[in-house]
Amino acid sequence: MSDTALAPGDIGRLNEEKAEKGAWSRLGWVFWIAFGWVFLMSFSALFADLLGFQDPLKTDLRNTFSPMMSDGHLLGTDPVGRDMLARIIYGAQVSLQIAYTAPLISLVLGLTFGISAGYFRGKVDGTIGIFVDAILAFPNIIAIIAILYFLGATLFNMILVLGFFGMVGDLRVARANTILYAEREFVLAARAQGASHLRIMFKELLPNVMIPVLALAVIGMSRVIVIEGILSFLGVGLPPPTATWGKMISEGYTELSFAPHVTFLPAAAMFFTILSFNLIGDRLRTLTNAKTGQL
Amino acid sequence: MNYLRYRILRVIPVFFLVTFASFALLNILPGDAADAILGGADSTDNTEGLAEAREALREELGLDRPIIVRYFSWLGGVVQGDFGDSYVQIAPVWELLVERLPVTIELLILSQFLALLIALPCGVYSALKADKAADRAIGTIAFGLVAMPPFLLAILLVFVFAVAWKIFPASGYFPIEEGLGQNLYHYIMPATVIGLLESPVLMRVLRVDLIATLQEDYIALARAKGMSTSYILFRHALRPSSFTLVTVLGLQFGFLLSGTVIIEQIFSLPGMGKLILDAIDNRDSMLLQGGVTLIALAYVGINLAVDMLYAVLDPRVGRSQGAGS
Repeated sequence: MSDTALAPGDIGRLNEEKAEKGAWSRLGWVFWIAFGWVFLMSFSALFADLLGFQDPLKTDLRNTFSPMMSDGHLLGTDPVGRDMLARIIYGAQVSLQIAYTAPLISLVLGLTFGISAGYFRGKVDGTIGIFVDAILAFPNIIAIIAILYFLGATLFNMILVLGFFGMVGDLRVARANTILYAEREFVLAARAQGASHLRIMFKELLPNVMIPVLALAVIGMSRVIVIEGILSFLGVGLPPPTATWGKMISEGYTELSFAPHVTFLPAAAMFFTILSFNLIGDRLRTLTNAKTGQL
Repeated sequence: MNYLRYRILRVIPVFFLVTFASFALLNILPGDAADAILGGADSTDNTEGLAEAREALREELGLDRPIIVRYFSWLGGVVQGDFGDSYVQIAPVWELLVERLPVTIELLILSQFLALLIALPCGVYSALKADKAADRAIGTIAFGLVAMPPFLLAILLVFVFAVAWKIFPASGYFPIEEGLGQNLYHYIMPATVIGLLESPVLMRVLRVDLIATLQEDYIALARAKGMSTSYILFRHALRPSSFTLVTVLGLQFGFLLSGTVIIEQIFSLPGMGKLILDAIDNRDSMLLQGGVTLIALAYVGINLAVDMLYAVLDPRVGRSQGAGS
């Protein structure tokens, strides 16, 4: 490169270098705080048994509703004297287990049906469209409550049901992106070389469609946490004495004026986790949008 | 018009799919009307001739017929406005639903009104100050609201306005016949919760559309002619920008029909949502089926109306037909 002038290609290269260098800081400090919170929660939930938290099920009827920073209980105790900190961490186990699995089921279902609809169009698209409309028209929260009520609210059932009803968003985004990419030259080239439909969908379309759908799936994680919270709050979640955030909130709710921390601590844990997943998903989405914009 | 016909025709299979899915679901799951009549007895409990009584009841109610036959006989009733009978509450399902429906509809209308009341000024202000500090601040609050589960916001409002300040009642319902003032007074908290949770979506949509509109040539012309910002805003910009807003408002209305379940439960409002939750609790499958059908019908109807409005107003709509349209 001469000192006097830049060749036309150099500017692009310079920009690329800048983008490369700033990839981590470009996410912004808010993203890293959110990521840190999720990491902290996930880590303590995963290793809860090793980290020496108190027994989340051990009741102590002489020490109910103890305030925060009280003797032996950093975050106080709940209506039957169980340690709040331990229950929040063990409650995170439930919320996060669902958050890390149910959106994956939605993702797989959404990608499968979405790419098929966008690739084949015509009758396949129409049929899947009717199927999507039916899921949307079906009052989801009522359906989920009814199914879990009758089948039994186990973690496994909950993950399956939430995964199924969560697929619609992923499916729509997968379909829309498939339609965009299906017209592109690399797909035509693959077809001209005699690639099968399955191969084109897997090797050519999936990697491209995957990125925007993944960003959406992160937001799906916070959605399932909300729904699990609603279920637990209404009393159709995992049966007691398992600690879940929604149940902790509803247990504290009756004594809201007397001991607000029993309600608001799990509420805060839930809110910040949802907020963090939203922030991460939102950030990823704007980054991937910018990427597709450059193409 | 081809597009409209396509949309209308598509409603039919969707309706069949939803009603049949819920019908099949409720029939696969354990516990049927015969069990309910016999006092919610466990269907595996066979003491004291319970099994015979159950069989006789099933025959009498026609529950021994194949599911397809029962579905179509139920559907035949629905077409004539007969949603079957609740064996738990011993009343026609339709009457039970109609009795509760006004409570939910009032809640929805009030909450959507509040959502607009919040979203309109915030959206307009954000668009005018796009990317400035005020816009960022509003955007951040909206982002926080989106992360708020409905029951958390409800609890927060109850804590502030009912427990700490004692301005509004924590729960309860006042029939409209006994005084509109008291009735609205009891609706304020639940409607605010739903309204607050809805407003970020509306606000965002309005902001994006308004920013686009404000960059149009005719706005620049109006500015050049020396018109005031507020005149340009209300006479020229707001109407073409509120198009998506109206659409989203319509769609949210459909979604909210089942979204009010938890709010009605928290604030003890005797609406559809509470009726349906109780139906689940009592294993009242006919009532549950009726509630699901009514909500699905309303959702499909509202969607169709919004779609038709959209297609009539904007001729570009109707090119894409499929899962995402």
